[in-house]
Amino acid sequence: MTDIWSGLTQAFWLLATLDADLVEITLRSLKVTLSALAVASLIAFPLAALISVRRFRLRRFTISVLNALMGLPPVVVGLVVYVLLSRSGPFGVLGLLFTPTAMIIAQVIIVVPLIASIAHQSLRELWSDYHDLLISMNTTKRQRIQTLLWDGRRALLTAALAGFGRAIGEVGAIMIVGGNIDHATRVLTTAIALETGKGDFALALGLGFVLIAMALFVNLMIHWLSHTESEGRW
Amino acid sequence: MTMFPLIAKGATVRRRGKVLVGPVDLTLGQTGTTMVIGPNGAGKTTLLKLLHCIERMNGGTLDWACPVAEAQQRQAFVFQTPVMLRRNVRDNIAYPLLLTKTPRAEARARAEDWAGRVGLGDAVMRPAHLLSGGERQKLALARALIRAPEVLFLDEPCASLDGRATREIEEILLGVAARGTRIIMSTHNMGQAQRLGSEVIFVLGGRIHEYSPAQDFFAEPQTEQARAFLRGDIVE
Ligand SMILES: Nc1ncnc2c1ncn2[C@@H]1O[C@H](COP(=O)(O)OP(=O)(O)O)[C@@H](O)[C@H]1O
Ligand SMILES: [Mg+2]
Repeated sequence: MTDIWSGLTQAFWLLATLDADLVEITLRSLKVTLSALAVASLIAFPLAALISVRRFRLRRFTISVLNALMGLPPVVVGLVVYVLLSRSGPFGVLGLLFTPTAMIIAQVIIVVPLIASIAHQSLRELWSDYHDLLISMNTTKRQRIQTLLWDGRRALLTAALAGFGRAIGEVGAIMIVGGNIDHATRVLTTAIALETGKGDFALALGLGFVLIAMALFVNLMIHWLSHTESEGRW
Repeated sequence: MTMFPLIAKGATVRRRGKVLVGPVDLTLGQTGTTMVIGPNGAGKTTLLKLLHCIERMNGGTLDWACPVAEAQQRQAFVFQTPVMLRRNVRDNIAYPLLLTKTPRAEARARAEDWAGRVGLGDAVMRPAHLLSGGERQKLALARALIRAPEVLFLDEPCASLDGRATREIEEILLGVAARGTRIIMSTHNMGQAQRLGSEVIFVLGGRIHEYSPAQDFFAEPQTEQARAFLRGDIVE
C-alpha cells in the first residue's frame, strides 16, 4: 500500500515537473499513433465511401472481411508484421523492424478495419438519404464519394477518434515489432508494461495518467461530436 | 438539339416479379405542363422516375430526341420528400453548379440569387434541415432550377403543404412554365392539376388509362375509371 502511495505522489511530481522521460515517451506515442491514424484514415475513408455507394457483389464480402479483421487479436497482427519485416522475411531488406515505422505499420493494420467499418455505417446511412438526389443529378462515382466524405466529415472524425483510442492504448503488437527500445521505440503502453514489471510504479502511473487523460479526451470529443451531429449542427 | 418528342414504347418497370408500371406507350411533346394523376400506389412516382431515366427499365424503349446522357443533363427532378444535403441553404442550392465545375464564389452568388427568387432570401445561411416542409420544397425547387433545366419533373411537390405554401410553390411553377420550361408533375390535388396543367396523364394500376388535354379531361373524362376518380370514388 505504501508502495502505491509513494508511487502516486512521485507520479504527480513527474507530471508536474514535466519529467524529460515522460515527455519524450508521450510525444513519441503521439507521433507514432497520429502518423498511423493519418495513413489509416487515408485508406479507410475512401474505402468506406466506396463500399457505401457501390452495389458490387463483393460489398458484403468486404464488410465481413473488415469485421473479421476488427476481431483480429493485435498480438497476432504484431506477429505477422514481425515475420514480414524480420531480416529473413520478404521485407527484411528495408530494415524496418524495431523502428517507429514498424509500429506505425502495425497500428495501421489494426485500426483500418475499425475506422472503415465505423465510417461505413454512417456513410451508408448518408448515402441512403442522398441516393435519389445524387442519381438524379447524374453525378459521377467520384463526385458521389466526394460528397459523402465531405458531408459525412463529422462521422469520419468520430471514426478516426475511435481509431486513435484503439491505437494509442495498444500494447501487444507494437511491443513485438517495436521492441520497446529506450529512446527509440518506447511508447506509453510499452513503457508502462516495462516499468510495472520492474516495480517502478512512479513512472508507470505517471504514464498511465497521461494515457487515461488522452482516452478521456477522445471519448469526450466523440460524445460531443455525436451530440452536435444528432442536433444536426453541421 | 431539341429533346422532344419523348417517345416511350412498351416501357415497363418490374420489381420482384411484379409489374409496377407499364407497358407504357407515350409521346410527350415540346410544350405544355403535364399533370400525372391517379390514386395512391397507381405508379405516378415510378412513371416520373422512369421518364427521368433513374428507374431501371425491364422492357420496352424510352427515347429522348437527343442522346440520353445529354437529356439527363438538361432535366431536373424534385422528389416528394426533398433531399436535404447536410449543408446550409445556400450550399444546397449551389450544389448542382459545383458538380459542373462552376467556381465556388460564382455558384454561391447564383445560389443566393435563387434563394431570393423562391423566397428563401433570409434563410441562406441556415442549415437546410431546420427548414419547414414548404421551405424544403422551395429549396429543392431552387436547386432544381439553378442549372436552368429544360424539363422539370416534380413528384407531388405540395403533398404535405398548407394552402399558403402550396400557392407560393404554384406561383413559382407558373413563372417557370411561362419561361418555357417543360413541366411534368404528379399531384393528388385536382384543383392544382386544373390550375397548372395543360394536359393530363391518368394512371391506374401502373398503366396510362388516359392522356388528354386538361380541359377535355376535366370536362369529359373518356374512361369510367377516370370519371369515378374525379367523382372521388375509390378506384383501383
Ligand atoms: N422498389 C420497389 N419494389 C417493389 N414495389 C415497389 C417499389 N417501388 C414502388 N413499389 C410499388 O409500386 C407501386 C407504385 O408505386 P408509386 O409509383 O410510388 O405509386 P404512386 O406514386 O402513384 O403512389 C406501389 O404499389 C408500390 O408499393
Ligand atoms: Mg408517389
